[in-house]
Amino acid sequence: MQVEQVKVFTRPKTLRPVVTHYCPGCGHGIVARLIAEIIDEFGIAEKTVGVAPVGCSVLLYNYLDIDMFEAAHGRAPAVATGCKRVHPELAVFTYQGDGDFASIGTAEAVHAAARGELITTIFINNAIYGMTGGQMAPTTLLGQKTSTSPQGRNSKVAGFPIRMAELLATLEGAKYIARTAVHDPKNVIQTKKSIRRAFETQLKGLGYSMVEILSQCPIGWHMTPPESTKWVQEKMMQYYPLGEFKISKEV
Amino acid sequence: MTGNEAIAEAAIQAGCRHFFGYPITPQSELPEYMSKRLPEVGGVFLQAESEVAAINMLFGAAGAELPCVIVNIMRGGPGLGGIQPSQSDYFQATKGGGHGDYHLLVFAPHTIQEAVSLTMDAFDLADKYRNPVMVLGDGNMGQMMEPVVFKKNSGLKLPEKRWALTGAKGRPVNLIKSLYLDPQALEKHNLEINRKIQEMIANEVRVETYSVEDAEIVIVAYGTVARIAKTAIRVLRERGFKVGMIRPITVFPFPYSTFEEISGDLRKFLVVEMSLGQMVEDVKLGVCGKAPVEFYGRTGGVVPTYDEIVTETERLFKGVP
Ligand SMILES: Cc1ncc(C[n+]2csc(CCOP(=O)(O)OP(=O)(O)O)c2C)c(N)n1
Ligand code: SF4
Repeated sequence: MQVEQVKVFTRPKTLRPVVTHYCPGCGHGIVARLIAEIIDEFGIAEKTVGVAPVGCSVLLYNYLDIDMFEAAHGRAPAVATGCKRVHPELAVFTYQGDGDFASIGTAEAVHAAARGELITTIFINNAIYGMTGGQMAPTTLLGQKTSTSPQGRNSKVAGFPIRMAELLATLEGAKYIARTAVHDPKNVIQTKKSIRRAFETQLKGLGYSMVEILSQCPIGWHMTPPESTKWVQEKMMQYYPLGEFKISKEV
Repeated sequence: MTGNEAIAEAAIQAGCRHFFGYPITPQSELPEYMSKRLPEVGGVFLQAESEVAAINMLFGAAGAELPCVIVNIMRGGPGLGGIQPSQSDYFQATKGGGHGDYHLLVFAPHTIQEAVSLTMDAFDLADKYRNPVMVLGDGNMGQMMEPVVFKKNSGLKLPEKRWALTGAKGRPVNLIKSLYLDPQALEKHNLEINRKIQEMIANEVRVETYSVEDAEIVIVAYGTVARIAKTAIRVLRERGFKVGMIRPITVFPFPYSTFEEISGDLRKFLVVEMSLGQMVEDVKLGVCGKAPVEFYGRTGGVVPTYDEIVTETERLFKGVP
């Protein structure tokens, strides 16, 4: 009897067959794969340019088989703006951590959104500085211990965590703003849907788009991978509600 | 302690109670240490949103002609570069990274103990001159561990800060600014800054000379490279080569006169740096053509080994091109 073999799951073409540098249980790798899947589904690998600034995000250019820039800390939306204005036919996206997007790069983030720049930001919110070894990020939760908030983040000294999605959703130029997570399969599927909508917003010329993705950093949080997914569910999602904060009729 | 931690503790012991910073390898242990220690001594640790914000917070805390201490732990560049030790920022530190006729006083320690004492002095001199002082280390100096002793503050009598903005209670108002639309006024301001710099040049030069008395070749190095060169010199002396070293401790003001003094009877200078040649320009100015100045450098985060320096020096002795 002939058994028909149907391929139901495979590596996206845009995702290079290499080992990533991400720690076990890290959310970055999942998102890298989702971006690759979306690029393949839209068939835009040859007209997409990515921008990866420093942070654990920076090595994305080793994993995606597309043209990519490396940007200085925080400056990716400015680099993407330059690229998109010169090459309006391209799909241009930035891939940024929370230290990058919500701390040193807030000016670029806010102004790219305010201008309605036709670029997409994939924003990895892991509530910590991963690459430099676990310092406090602007998104670090109150009470969360990091290497520069050893007693736990205290709002009297270090203020309050920033909700970037809600902040950017107030801007006219921003046309798709969502927050998702990647700690379980259901949320991974939702994240993929949001990334697709963000790219669609750009490709249809509607305006700026951003997906904030709650992402586990077991190493920076000093947790096991299962503990870290639980922490996303129980702690991060409390403060950072998931949802689509802004969406156009056209997508 | 690591150099980063030792510098942080020295700063606290020198009286530092406010720290504004931003993480970066290879210096993140410094803010980390400050975040733990400053609250214990009633100080303020604030992680700024960027380096630009951090220096402007310092400006707000201290005012222009900023009496502050900046620690630069150098890594390889340009751009994002890498995280391994390098001496890539010599030009930026000594020649001024901004515009206008200004200089920082720049210390270049070569041991953790020296980093501690220079950091403590840096706080005094920043106040004395009302000028930023930089402690210029490299990734190695930041991450290396050595035992250290914290000595008492120098006890230098510091000028009163009459210019500080504290609310004009019972005194005429103060203004801190750098905008002078009238060129005559701006020239006057620059001349005043220059007066301070000339005073630093006259009084603050520090340099170590090491086995130079009978030396035929003098190695010139600072920071990490200088301590590697000391090992190289020991090996070379054992092999009968007369080699010494000049080690600038302040790289601004640079010890030009030390070079003028000994250039005459020398065969050669050999400048060794973890860069492709930055300090070598100052050495040439000091030597002023009286002896050949050779250069050996590794860059991009590669640290030269002592046997590379030995080989290079022996090559110069043999006159091999
Ligand atoms: C101008 C500048 N300042 C500081 C750094 C050091 N640095 C590298 S990555 C990083 C932050 C990384 O954190 P985040 O953006 O949250 O990304 P993650 O690593 O957590 O994914 C910092 C501060 C740098 N490279 N450039
Ligand atoms: S440090 Fe954190 S964000 Fe970086 S790769 Fe490891 S788990 Fe991921």
